[in-house]
Amino acid sequence: MEVASPKKYAYPSEEIDRTEGQVIASLKAGSREALPDPDAWLEEGLRRNILLTTVDAILDWGRRSSLWPVICFPACCAFELIAAEGPRFDLSRFGMEILRASPRQADLMITAGTLTWKMAPNVRRIYNQMAEPKWVIAMGACGISGGIFASSYSVVPGYNKIVPVDVYVPGCPPRPEALIYGIQMLQKKIARTPVVPDLPKFLKKGKEA
Amino acid sequence: MTTTEMALKTEPFVLNIGPVHPSTHGVYRMRVTLDGEVVLDMEPVFGYLHRGVEKLAEERSYTGFIPLTDRLDYIASMSNNLAYCLAVERLAGVKVPERAEYIRVIMAELQRLANHCIVVGAFFNDCGAYFTPFMYLFREREKILDLFDMVCGQRLTYNYMRIGGLSQDIPDEFLPALKKFLPQMKRFVDEYECFIKQNEILLARAKGVGILSRETAINCGISGPVARASGIKWDLRKADPYSIYDRFEFDIPFGEAGDCYDRYRVRMEEIKQSLRILEQAARQIPPGPVKTEVPHLIRPPAGEAYAHIESPKGELGFYLVSDNSIAPYRCHVRPPSLINLTALREMVRGWKVADLIIIFGSIDITMGEVDR
Amino acid sequence: MTVALSGKKVAAQIEEKFPGSVVESSEGSLVIKGESLLAVAAFLRDTPELGFDYLNYITAVDYYSHFEIVYQLTSLGHNHTMMFKTRCYRRESPVMPSVVGLWQGADFQEREIYDLMGIKFEGHPNMKRIFLWEGFEGYPLRKDYLS
Repeated sequence: MEVASPKKYAYPSEEIDRTEGQVIASLKAGSREALPDPDAWLEEGLRRNILLTTVDAILDWGRRSSLWPVICFPACCAFELIAAEGPRFDLSRFGMEILRASPRQADLMITAGTLTWKMAPNVRRIYNQMAEPKWVIAMGACGISGGIFASSYSVVPGYNKIVPVDVYVPGCPPRPEALIYGIQMLQKKIARTPVVPDLPKFLKKGKEA
Repeated sequence: MTTTEMALKTEPFVLNIGPVHPSTHGVYRMRVTLDGEVVLDMEPVFGYLHRGVEKLAEERSYTGFIPLTDRLDYIASMSNNLAYCLAVERLAGVKVPERAEYIRVIMAELQRLANHCIVVGAFFNDCGAYFTPFMYLFREREKILDLFDMVCGQRLTYNYMRIGGLSQDIPDEFLPALKKFLPQMKRFVDEYECFIKQNEILLARAKGVGILSRETAINCGISGPVARASGIKWDLRKADPYSIYDRFEFDIPFGEAGDCYDRYRVRMEEIKQSLRILEQAARQIPPGPVKTEVPHLIRPPAGEAYAHIESPKGELGFYLVSDNSIAPYRCHVRPPSLINLTALREMVRGWKVADLIIIFGSIDITMGEVDR
Repeated sequence: MTVALSGKKVAAQIEEKFPGSVVESSEGSLVIKGESLLAVAAFLRDTPELGFDYLNYITAVDYYSHFEIVYQLTSLGHNHTMMFKTRCYRRESPVMPSVVGLWQGADFQEREIYDLMGIKFEGHPNMKRIFLWEGFEGYPLRKDYLS
């Protein structure tokens, strides 16, 4: 086999850097406001009939008992997450034994570390690649508001500028017990999610449209 | 036509590995030029965790910067605290009491154990021993974190050391707990070595892989276990003793080949030597105060100072410039992880992608320190 | 114990070899002219009695009127160390010679200085931003940077 000499590639390094810089700048310009937390439905107090609530209960039980986190470990909180997966604070008893490397196979993103503007498009891309239903836990002070680095020139002040967050777990870093409490809170939230669309209402909406 | 007669034309291509990747030890990205599986060139891209710590130092007081130093190399926080406090004490001319020096050495060596627990475990992860050796080491690391928790209430980022000593004295239960832990850890390390040291898969994957020659290592400024595995007999605890390291008896392990296996062996031997230092320190520790009285918003006289320590990753140093105000004029961190990465490009040329991951894992980097 | 060589003694040796290259010297460090930086650095590395083969770090400090680039060198064989600096008086697009040819460890550190302070190093094979993204405006570590 003969190896062709390295010639000019389709995407030289400088061009890749420039394109990525433009993506970051546009994301930064568009992320001034926090994305709203996806829990407006919690206050609605939906009244659904017993058949739907039973099906909901079963589907929600299935979803919350086997959450699979995606590997996205920017900084220090990652080691408390790994410790939570470790032998002492065993996360696999909650069904979260497997950390999936591929976002296509995961449904929970635990943001374990400080987010910088350079990393932000990558985190958004991972979030977009996850299939519905998906949830996000903002772990640590850096995840909630930028933490101790909030006044820096390159730190995003909180993950909720980039992805919608379901549960916030404070701490710097939060102890594994705190993280497990946050996960249980998320599980309680999932348990109340209406999954099956309300058929009569759905059909009525369809007729009106 | 047989295969040897067909001329199969191939082309190198560029593969992007990271920043979100299970074995890049944080947010590290590489653009690797591959010819099939063989690595021709590697271009590192980092900065995904650049938090502007050096700029933040200019806004915070000297004491207020200590929590930020914790988050630099977040798996060896006590070492970062120690290096920074030594630099400020050199700048301000502050003397530290005896008991505080002994406790600092105990904390630094315990931190070295905790760090090597993660690094050796992650190295085996990369080799393919999926999580079992890692979990064994994590079990021991939890015991060390319990000791830290007893002292300062935190498991990962301690903020324990202060300029002039420590923030508080160790509680009475600490030394008995430490003395109980040391023989347990020694037994564990021997047992652990027993079942992994001569494992043939490890030998096949790590011996002779990613060789770093002595001359390249010196030229690149490599320090720490990576340098010692390449035969450079340089350890700051012996060459330039800081704090009270000249009072303890310990050896410095060296390797000869400079391959991944030697780096792993050097780290395991360092664990054993740290246990020796801990035993001596726990025996010799005197009673007394743990902090010299310095003002909280300390104003060192105008000047500059550089202090370095042998952190678990290598030579960690802080260069401080002061202009007699409450915040440093300039604070520069000498990051061992970033400088050790300089040699990575040479080390991986000619190896396959799987070896690239192992070589990268054996250098032991923390992105918090690389990017600061 | 690593001995910190006296800046004055080393300055005397350098003055002998390269007259006019030392701007000032003190016990802790010495300042060298930018034009003679490469020659002096090669002399420091290659002379057997000095033998500074290990570069600890390179960093830059912004003193409003000038930039000061600080180098710390160590000799592993003799176990002595020293610090030397050079100054750059230009504020718009400052340029300094690069020591990557002498000590390869300067590679990423010089890129970092360019990224955060704006000082370009000529002779560096890959002078581009390292921590911040391409298109970031300004150089954050300068004293007059407004975020």
